[in-house]
Amino acid sequence: MTGNSYYYRKLHSLLGVIPIGAFLVEHLITNYAAFNQGHGGFIEGVEWLNSLPLVFALELFGIWLPLLYHGVYGLYVAYTARNNVTNYGYFRNQMFMLQRVTGVLTLLFIAWHVFETRVQVALGNVTHEELGVRMHEIATQPWAFALYCIGIIAATFHFCNGMWSFLVSWGITIGPRAQRVSSYVWMVAFVVMAVMFILSLSAFLDPQFQDTSVLTKS
Amino acid sequence: MAEAVADKKNVRFIITRQDSADSPSYTEEFEVPYRPNMNVISALMEIQRTPVNANGKKTTPVCWESNCLEEVCGACSMVINGKPRQACSALVDHLEQPIRVAPMKTFPVVRDLVINRERMFSALKRVKAWIPIDGTYDLGPGPRMAETKRQWAYELSKCMTCGVCLESCPNVNDKTSFIGPAAISQVRLFNTHPTGEMNKDERLETLMEDGGIEGCGNSQNCVRSCPKGIPLTTSIAAINADTTKHLFKKWLSF
Repeated sequence: MTGNSYYYRKLHSLLGVIPIGAFLVEHLITNYAAFNQGHGGFIEGVEWLNSLPLVFALELFGIWLPLLYHGVYGLYVAYTARNNVTNYGYFRNQMFMLQRVTGVLTLLFIAWHVFETRVQVALGNVTHEELGVRMHEIATQPWAFALYCIGIIAATFHFCNGMWSFLVSWGITIGPRAQRVSSYVWMVAFVVMAVMFILSLSAFLDPQFQDTSVLTKS
Repeated sequence: MAEAVADKKNVRFIITRQDSADSPSYTEEFEVPYRPNMNVISALMEIQRTPVNANGKKTTPVCWESNCLEEVCGACSMVINGKPRQACSALVDHLEQPIRVAPMKTFPVVRDLVINRERMFSALKRVKAWIPIDGTYDLGPGPRMAETKRQWAYELSKCMTCGVCLESCPNVNDKTSFIGPAAISQVRLFNTHPTGEMNKDERLETLMEDGGIEGCGNSQNCVRSCPKGIPLTTSIAAINADTTKHLFKKWLSF
């Protein structure tokens, strides 16, 4: 590759946190509304997000382009590693391998998920109001539910473990104790985020998401 | 009585060999008579004296490199039972048998267990891992180093360029140009020295280029493998902090 790989890699690392990581957290908050506020609350969240000024530019520069860069460069990073977990079964080396595996899984999952939701909105097959119904259709298929669970676990793991390495790569957690505490913090964050996402996904199974009739009543 | 029995014991070695740099590798087995307190080097010396393999066939003696025999020179690094380490400090009594010995293939293999660690020495040249004091006149004594700093910097100075950290690193391979943990830790050592600090930015800038510090993927195998117990991952993270600061300083000063 031409140019300085230091800057490429640093940009990859930064984009993973801002904006992609930040969006993942926002996405969790919106989806969690489906669990604790029901269909109305979820659609309210969707509508709020889409009412933001310059929403197309926000999506383009805040999600799509960073995601594309992070994903493509990430594939290159995963390709250049020669994993050696069988010889060196240390905890961090396993995390190193899992970070690359979950990265690829997350990329596939996101491509599929975006196709089923955002792309369908763009094609005019689904409106924002109908997104809850769309998710109900997806979640009620057992195989799709299972694949979504795998995708959720991969994505949240990749984010949380990625935050751990981000803090090392930018020189914030330097010593072994700081890095160990950071490991615990992000492991807890991973569990909390994965559980919240799966609760949100399960919430879409509820019959209230069968159609948009509940929305007009409130 | 017990000693007489021990004398008859043999130690089995499975050695990965290679006749020249380009030829394919193969394994050959050897039976070496056990002696108390023997290490992998003394076993290799025994094979050198009687180059006969386990099948009783005469063969070429196994080639290897070693110097100090006290784990300070870094020459005898090889992969012993799957882990890279110094053959001189690999005591046969502590090893599972048969003992598998192989060259560190991250480096070009010259012959048998002899590898070429040239890339490590060029890395040290690249990052200027020295203190420049030469001049046309006597510059006088340099600034003093604080004792508190000296104590941890001394640990970093124990690096013997043995290559074990590079061998264990999943990101040091034929697909990347990553400089490896050893040189990054040396940058920290020489950037800590009060005189070496004067060329701090040059060293950091070398690590902010292709094959520099960005190649680290935090697998942390290096720190687990280092025979000298050097806190390599702490060095890498500290240099990550320094390069990050340097990056912003450079951007904001233009």
